[in-house]
Amino acid sequence: MNVIALLFPPLIAAMLVCIPFRRSRAPSVTVVSCLIVLALAARMAWRIAAGGSVTEGLDDGWLKWIAVDGLSALILLLIAFVGTTAAVYSVGYMAHGNLTPGKLRLYHANYNLFIFSMLAIPLLAEPTLVWIVVELTTLCSALLVSFENTREALEAAWKYVVLSLMGAGIALFGFLVLFAAMQAGGGGTYTWAGLITAAPRMPVILLQTAFLLILIGLGTKVGLVPMHTWLPDAHSQAPSPVCALLSGIETTSILYVILRLFPVMQAVPGAHAETWALVLGLISVGTAAFLLLQVSDYKRLFAFSTVEHMGIILTAIGLGASAADYGAMQQIVNHSVTKSFCFYAAGATLLTMGTREIAAVRGLIRRSPHAGAALVFGGLAISGAPPLAIFLSEFAILKAGLARGHYVVTGLLAAFIVIAFFGVMVHVNRMVFGASANAASEQNHSGSEIVGTFRLPFSCRLALILAAVPVLVLGVYIPKPLHDLLTMAAAALTR
Amino acid sequence: MSDTTKQLLENLNALAAGLFLLTAFGIVAMRQARGCLNLFILQSLLLAASAALLGLRFGAHHLYGVALVNLISKPIIVPWLLRKTSPAGIYTRREIDQVLNIPTALLIALALVIGAYFLGVPLANAAGPEFHGPNVPIGIAGLLLGAFTLTVRREAMPLLIGLLAMENGAFLAGISIARDLGMLVELAIATDGLIIVFIMGVLVRAVQKQIGTTAIGELASLKEAVSQPPVSKAMP
Repeated sequence: MNVIALLFPPLIAAMLVCIPFRRSRAPSVTVVSCLIVLALAARMAWRIAAGGSVTEGLDDGWLKWIAVDGLSALILLLIAFVGTTAAVYSVGYMAHGNLTPGKLRLYHANYNLFIFSMLAIPLLAEPTLVWIVVELTTLCSALLVSFENTREALEAAWKYVVLSLMGAGIALFGFLVLFAAMQAGGGGTYTWAGLITAAPRMPVILLQTAFLLILIGLGTKVGLVPMHTWLPDAHSQAPSPVCALLSGIETTSILYVILRLFPVMQAVPGAHAETWALVLGLISVGTAAFLLLQVSDYKRLFAFSTVEHMGIILTAIGLGASAADYGAMQQIVNHSVTKSFCFYAAGATLLTMGTREIAAVRGLIRRSPHAGAALVFGGLAISGAPPLAIFLSEFAILKAGLARGHYVVTGLLAAFIVIAFFGVMVHVNRMVFGASANAASEQNHSGSEIVGTFRLPFSCRLALILAAVPVLVLGVYIPKPLHDLLTMAAAALTR
Repeated sequence: MSDTTKQLLENLNALAAGLFLLTAFGIVAMRQARGCLNLFILQSLLLAASAALLGLRFGAHHLYGVALVNLISKPIIVPWLLRKTSPAGIYTRREIDQVLNIPTALLIALALVIGAYFLGVPLANAAGPEFHGPNVPIGIAGLLLGAFTLTVRREAMPLLIGLLAMENGAFLAGISIARDLGMLVELAIATDGLIIVFIMGVLVRAVQKQIGTTAIGELASLKEAVSQPPVSKAMP
């Protein structure tokens, strides 16, 4: 099978949605293209999990640029899955905004280009080309973040673009230094695999500088503290399906690029990549856990929880045990599916109540049972309540940390996770079950506190159900092919 | 190639790199938006000159390509794209209140350059004996000064120029230490700069239309724990 085929559906869809039909076909085109990508990605992941190769049809010229292993297949699968559910969700969600056909076409064109740029990240093997598609993810999503065109959305988009590109500038220098390190170590092909082979001969100082530059540069886009300041803005101001893409898979696929450097760094004694990951990861988890307590906007709540989860994943990698690596991969999967679900629930809340303020939303479950139930489920799932998916992976990480003897780190991590749990649940609980401020007066008035219920669009409910399936299933059972894929992905993190 | 020619080429390259550093300082300090753009164009020309000289000196022919791409994309296409996308008034804007006054900003910039030397020289030494030229430290300085520009300016145009200047800085170091990167990659990086200009231009236009200013640095309503956050009509 030709892996490059994966990139065509979004590109073609991006062109197709621009055709001005009288009744816009753009939403269905996007859904169909995402479904095709999902089918292709699932087939590819299946084949890789079974120990096969997906690049055998390509000649050497292509293999210089393209490589797919367990780790990339895992990320591809996630992008395809979240991309599909978000596309389904978009159908009903965007129909609520009374958009002009032109604006809707712009949304879907950007959506498909964004998916395209993200799919290219795990497919490409040449680091500088990966850097370019990372840039493209920023640029393709910038207009999606500013889509609502309010003052806040424009501010968020501007911050997003400027800080991400600033980080990208630093990362570019990092990748060039990495190339220089390779040349100084005798050369080789500049791909992820080639880097691992050449790593033992590279000068430590160059390798370390390159790693730090890339960690800081791309860490900006992953949302690691202290480079996270743009993330809660952008991830809360964008339309909800876009938030799901940004938080659920964009951060993860950028983190994937950083993860690719760990096996390279391990080849050189004294390079200390793990220590850096541990420090940055813990700082991110801790800061996000405390910031979660004081948010006033429920989409920002979930955005900060993304910072927290990126920190957890990086900390798990930093623990340096193969069990922790497996836990980190599991956490990547669970975070993506759960966080996208959370943003669908947040979008449903926004459709129901028309405000993003936590203080203004009370008694959601009475106004819209679907949105309320989804928000509670999302809150529980993302903060790691058993028996949902994230509980399992966080538990695996903590267990691996203890087994490895990192008591302080594991203790801190557990404490931060607990704080974040309360941070999320306090807000969610008040929003869903809290008595509204004017409920008492209404009760006297009409004898009922129900102000009228709101019915979510069908596609939104469908997307919520689709996204909830893996959150429920992965908490109790990991299918064999996925387990194989996770094992392969975790193995790709060490030499 | 005789030793004198080699020496001459290296000296010329050092001259171009030195002037590159001066333009980076200029971008930090220049108040007029138009002046910033002109300085950036000059900087790109110097980058092209450095690439061509290094290509000649080390016989790395595809560096001519880098020079050519820089010559075409930055002085010609970037201003054209900006004219197409951003609001007309953007060139004539003059920034009155910067975050720091200009002498302070320049002093900090100077400190950054000294830092860049301490960072860059060991790096260049580790990369190999033929990397002794000024490109690596000055490239890092360009990167840092671009980032510094981003933190002290508020007007859209200087911010955009700051971003592009960062990339120029990374490139100036890159053409010296990563000479054989390959044409495709360099072309892609150059195209990427153009997409940046396009997207930022569109954003600036939207801001201008919505808010009536291009002083984007003054937008600061998104924060934590605001007692009364602005309620936007958040649909869809």
